[in-house]
Amino acid sequence: MTPSAIIKLRFIAFTEKARLKIVVTVKQIPDPNATLKLTSDNRLARDGEVVLDPGDEYGVEAALRIKEAADEAEVVLVSMGPAKAADAIRKGLSMGADRAIHISDDGLAGADALTTAQVLTAAIKGESPDLVVCGCESTDGSTGMVPPMIAELLGFPQLTFAKQVEVSGSKVTIQRQTDVGYDVVEADTPALITVTAGVGEPRYASLKGIMAARSKEVKKVGLGDLGVTRGKPAEEVLEVVEAEKRQAGEVIEDDGNAVEKIVALLAKVKAV
Amino acid sequence: MAKAAPARPEVKPLDFLDIDHLLQDEERMIRDTVRKFVHDRILPGIEGWFEKGVFPKEIAPELGRLGLLGMHLHGYGTLGVSATSYGLACLELEAGDSGFRSFVSVQGSLAMFPIWKYGSEEQKREWLPRMAAGEAIGCFGLTEPDSGSDPASMRTSARRSGGDWILNGNKLWITNGGIADLAVVWARAEDGIRGFVVPRGSKGYTTRDIHQKLSLRASVTSELILEDVRLPESAALPDVTGMRGPLSCLNEARYGILWGVVGAARTCYETALEYSKTRHQFGKPIASFQLTQEKLVNMLLELNKAALVAYHLGRMKDEGRLAAQHVSFGKLNNVREALEICRSARTILAANGITLEYPVIRHINNLESVLTYEGTSEIHTLVLGEAITGIQAYR
Ligand SMILES: Cc1cc2nc3c(=O)[nH]c(=O)nc-3n(C[C@H](O)[C@H](O)[C@H](O)COP(=O)(O)OP(=O)(O)OC[C@H]3O[C@@H](n4cnc5c(N)ncnc54)[C@H](O)[C@@H]3O)c2cc1C
Repeated sequence: MTPSAIIKLRFIAFTEKARLKIVVTVKQIPDPNATLKLTSDNRLARDGEVVLDPGDEYGVEAALRIKEAADEAEVVLVSMGPAKAADAIRKGLSMGADRAIHISDDGLAGADALTTAQVLTAAIKGESPDLVVCGCESTDGSTGMVPPMIAELLGFPQLTFAKQVEVSGSKVTIQRQTDVGYDVVEADTPALITVTAGVGEPRYASLKGIMAARSKEVKKVGLGDLGVTRGKPAEEVLEVVEAEKRQAGEVIEDDGNAVEKIVALLAKVKAV
Repeated sequence: MAKAAPARPEVKPLDFLDIDHLLQDEERMIRDTVRKFVHDRILPGIEGWFEKGVFPKEIAPELGRLGLLGMHLHGYGTLGVSATSYGLACLELEAGDSGFRSFVSVQGSLAMFPIWKYGSEEQKREWLPRMAAGEAIGCFGLTEPDSGSDPASMRTSARRSGGDWILNGNKLWITNGGIADLAVVWARAEDGIRGFVVPRGSKGYTTRDIHQKLSLRASVTSELILEDVRLPESAALPDVTGMRGPLSCLNEARYGILWGVVGAARTCYETALEYSKTRHQFGKPIASFQLTQEKLVNMLLELNKAALVAYHLGRMKDEGRLAAQHVSFGKLNNVREALEICRSARTILAANGITLEYPVIRHINNLESVLTYEGTSEIHTLVLGEAITGIQAYR
């Protein structure tokens, strides 16, 4: 083989093995199976057991599946939260993510959605990812605002409610879940996607994964490292009101056309 | 910012002494992973497997992928987790069914361990990675029809013939025997007890499963028959001679058992607690009767004490301070108390307690085997008796 042929081969190998970088935002939340308590200023008490937000487990799962389908990819977790968030990060790393950035700063306690988005954006920018994967909303705050805000701040197109994701070259295609089926939507990378439970059951953190997570990098950064100063909160939770008690169900007596009635009811609540 | 008032310490009915708090993150994650696996893969099928008397062999590679086979060993495809993590995994498995914990104990501690500890490099490379992956299943043949608590009285013999070995004898009550790709067989040679790796298919080596068991039904128990089985020198475990070999393996497995049975007891306690609150008689939940509460509280006490013993022995093992007698302490106490807890749970469920629809009678029946294998409760009592008096009472 001539030297020039070798160079050419190397070049092809390099371009074809373009490395895909995926950032997944993850959050630790109070264990949803425990009884949740509020503090006097309408925030969730965060002193009990914490877990990786189940919605974010789907985010990690989606990213890992994309990675497995790609030639070469790296999955980086980005999390903003107190020291305890390390548990959620470790869970994601145990599932198979490659490394993580943990943003922790006393100045971030009680951050609202916009502040959260600004801080996460600053960290994500530093990674220049091809794809940002988020859950649709957090299981505790449930505002659903952070992912769209991040997309806006990054200037990325956003594809929401993905139940399936495919990355091919510089395009990302998703199936956007709807009430009646799905839409196929596409965007150029870099892009941000939010994923639903439809992406597939999150894998177990296998014991091998758990052991491997020990040696994976978790970079700790503060507001100063990111060059972000916290502005005025854009919103404030004024009141927390309990949901109305559920109404007693409707009993349908079978007078010969109960089946039609039930079908009509199910259609009304879009169960069929 | 308003400072939250210091939280009043909580008591949790299902982890009363907050043992969870004693565990490290990694240990908790390993436990949660195994718990989820048991919930997803074992619980849905266990009633059927137990009733039909089958071990679902297809689960073996799944256990391997999860990393549970030989998990406390190092290298050759194993993970090298701490003894405490290994114990927690046993606990969660046995909370599902003792049959699965038995499978993992035998594979990791009784079949892989002797190869890992006493085997040649060639034996390790040949077997351990496949066994860790669950692609090759192992069994451990020590007990014989006429040699149970006194295994040193074994008759199975290993005789030299040229450069080879010839094995003859019968092994009985061998977990995994009928499904095993290899048997680690202990036999009497001229220079003492030796261990051999006997691959399935060796001429003269057959197995016969024991049916009509009412305990550990989701686990295979078999007889191994060795009739002039000719093995090359390379089949013998080179690095151990004497009863020390098999006894060291049993010590590893017993350690897993003293954790495992806490899981079986936990399941029965939780089942009884829940049942007592929902079952009404005389116009109120049976949990409101003082006799029921006393049963539940006794279960609570012994369950938490057993878990603490397991945890403590786990830390001792990780620190290299665990003696065989400590393991006897744990096995004797924890199996005995687990069985008592399960039986007490059975009385709370009453008639429902005897059906397979609830896990209780299954755990009771399983624990009857666990009480006997890996050293009967009598033998462990006498081991402890000797440890404190200096007088050996079992010979
Ligand atoms: C489901 C199951 C799976 C098993 N799996 C395996 C396996 O994988 N591999 C293997 O090698 N074996 C296995 N065993 C065998 C098990 O280890 C033996 O059953 C056990 O060692 C007891 O032996 P035995 O049943 O012959 O009882 P025996 O030794 O005959 O004991 C009968 C009774 O006498 C008591 N006793 C005996 N000696 C003394 C003494 N000196 N002092 C006081 N009391 C004494 C015993 O405690 C017991 O109560 C398994 C057994 C069961 C039930």
